[in-house]
Amino acid sequence: MFGIYLKRELSRRKKAALVIAMGLALGIALVITVNSVSAGMQQAQDKVLKSLYGLGTDMTVTKAQAAPSSNSSGRPKFDFNAKSSSSTKQSSDRVMTQGGQSLASSLVTKVSAQKGVASAVGALSLNVTKVDGSFTQGTAKSSTSGGSSQQGGPGGGQGGGSTGAPQVQGGGASFDVNSYSVAGVDVTNQDLGPLATSKITSGKTFTATQTDAKVAVVSKSYAKENKYTVGKTFKISGTKYTVIGIATPDSSESTTDVYLPLKQAQTLGDAKNKVTTIYVKATDSKQITTVKTTIQKNISGTTVTTSADLASTVSGSLSTASNLATSVGKWLSIAVLVAAFLVAALLTSSAVSRRVREFGTLKALGWPSRKVTRQVVGESIVNGLIGGALGIAIGLGAAYAVTAISPKLTAELGNTGGGGGGGMGGGPGGGGPGQQAVKNTMEIALSAPVSVTTIALAAGLAIAGGLIAGAMGGWRASRMRPADALRSVS
Amino acid sequence: MYKLTGVTKRYTRGKDTVEALRGIDLTIEDGDQLVIQGPTGGGKSTLLQMIGGLDRPSAGSVELDGVDLASISEAKLTRLRAEKIGIIFQSFNLIPTLTAQENVETALVPLGVKPAERRERAAEALRSVGLGERLTHAPSELSGGQQQRVAIARALVKKPKVLLADEPTGNLDEGTRDDIMGLLEGLWHEYGLTFIMVTHDSSIARRAPRLATIKAGQITLTEQGGRRPLSQQYVQQ
Repeated sequence: MFGIYLKRELSRRKKAALVIAMGLALGIALVITVNSVSAGMQQAQDKVLKSLYGLGTDMTVTKAQAAPSSNSSGRPKFDFNAKSSSSTKQSSDRVMTQGGQSLASSLVTKVSAQKGVASAVGALSLNVTKVDGSFTQGTAKSSTSGGSSQQGGPGGGQGGGSTGAPQVQGGGASFDVNSYSVAGVDVTNQDLGPLATSKITSGKTFTATQTDAKVAVVSKSYAKENKYTVGKTFKISGTKYTVIGIATPDSSESTTDVYLPLKQAQTLGDAKNKVTTIYVKATDSKQITTVKTTIQKNISGTTVTTSADLASTVSGSLSTASNLATSVGKWLSIAVLVAAFLVAALLTSSAVSRRVREFGTLKALGWPSRKVTRQVVGESIVNGLIGGALGIAIGLGAAYAVTAISPKLTAELGNTGGGGGGGMGGGPGGGGPGQQAVKNTMEIALSAPVSVTTIALAAGLAIAGGLIAGAMGGWRASRMRPADALRSVS
Repeated sequence: MYKLTGVTKRYTRGKDTVEALRGIDLTIEDGDQLVIQGPTGGGKSTLLQMIGGLDRPSAGSVELDGVDLASISEAKLTRLRAEKIGIIFQSFNLIPTLTAQENVETALVPLGVKPAERRERAAEALRSVGLGERLTHAPSELSGGQQQRVAIARALVKKPKVLLADEPTGNLDEGTRDDIMGLLEGLWHEYGLTFIMVTHDSSIARRAPRLATIKAGQITLTEQGGRRPLSQQYVQQ
């Protein structure tokens, strides 16, 4: 009788049932959408952080950039030969360590030995500024007519002078400036460090024996830009390197162009036994804060940056949207859900009031209150489940729409590298020496993944909504007296 | 047997207290038929509620076979209603979403009767009131007289000891009223029920063997010639 009665009631009062179900559906759909968008934001943030950190990296250890000393400007310096021959092609590479002060390689072992540290590898970040081009000599001519001409010095230009002095005419210089980043990789442990976030899509990666080999892995975008393929060679500061692999980063943004064995990078950067960043993996991801404290305590003068610290440096529309999703979205979905529950409860209660004679009659026939209440609660739960199913469908649709549209969010990651140090400046792509604020802007497509937990949460909310509404309606029904069946004559 | 002693019912609305029943003393023997009549607001339906265990008196006792309905627990009172008392309402009070057969079955639900037996007994009860062909009809598909027959079948399907009727013909035309009264008369005879009926209809009241007139909460009993059956015109042909 329970099932038949329930089915007949719901089919007869379709409109009322649909209003209650739709109210709940709206709240549930909003919860699913906000949850999935929040999850998408989280994924986007993780993606941003991984691009800087490396897969499996829990924290990095760096040293803050020192303030430039009085006798060191910290600016790039180039030396060119002033040769007499005209149109001499000249090239000069300026290699500088990047991302804070360098640390002694021995610190890597020290960090590895800290409690809670599973593994640690060092990496050296370099910034290479390549200037190449040529000078054209000018011609020195005497200002008097028929005067003999003399060659001007390199740099050309017009030589001024008093009447009768030779004048230099023509000449000039054409130089191309190219800057790219180089990361020195510990080839014995590539699971952690700068290369961990990239996949080798062509050629191969370093072998553990290539600790000081003149080989390089270049990023896909850099290889494309310079037409590098596996087997080709290129020079940095006069040293020739052979491309052995092309790396495609997991995220759309790569901050490293060239990967070299650590020793090679140290030689290039004149940083023997130095690293700029130590990548650390903790034994337990829940103990990251403790490990950070331990490292900071035992190795003074270093800056330990965890993913949580890094997350706080993310700004831009991703950060704004994430904040919106977690604050406004969360409260909005709670408010809508509470409103939906209240509306469902009030509508159910109102429906019970309209059925006074019906429930009074059942009680007069000898139905115990619990049976009447069960009937009301049963109807409400079915309404809740219909609302839940509708809500899940709408929520999945909304999440699918977000994923299909894939709105682009920008994430700005940065810190004040110059002098300030700390933060993630030590990571590849961080600030150069003495530089002002450095920012990396990444564009991330937002998706809205719906997890099983979210669906379970929605189903739970649907049942809860039905129960709350049913409890209110059932309470009213249980308080009805059988005499009401006689009194309520319509 | 019913024994009502000093039954008083007061209703309080705001600061006003209305006494619907004032110290009613009444005895109704098993198998007796009592018709209650009186002006509107006189307390007829209130008395029927006390007798049916649908409400409790403010003072006094209502004993059915020695059990005081005024003092037993709600659960016991509910059970007693389910087992012993059949009720017919003026507005039929059928569940609009259920079929005639399912409506009749609702009276057997609290008794824990198994579904198959429930269906069979409900069908039998409907056949006994002449609605064997209307089992699957919804109340909205039945006439007023047919709906009241369904309500009668629902009241009698559990084989109650007492049948209470609150203006059972109040919403029916004269011809249908005669049919229904004839049916009730026949069933009263057939089942040996204690039959208590509230009515406004003087023609019905005049023919009752025993008439209780309630006015301003007080009862006056009139014996009208023993257990005389109602006019032959009411008996089902």
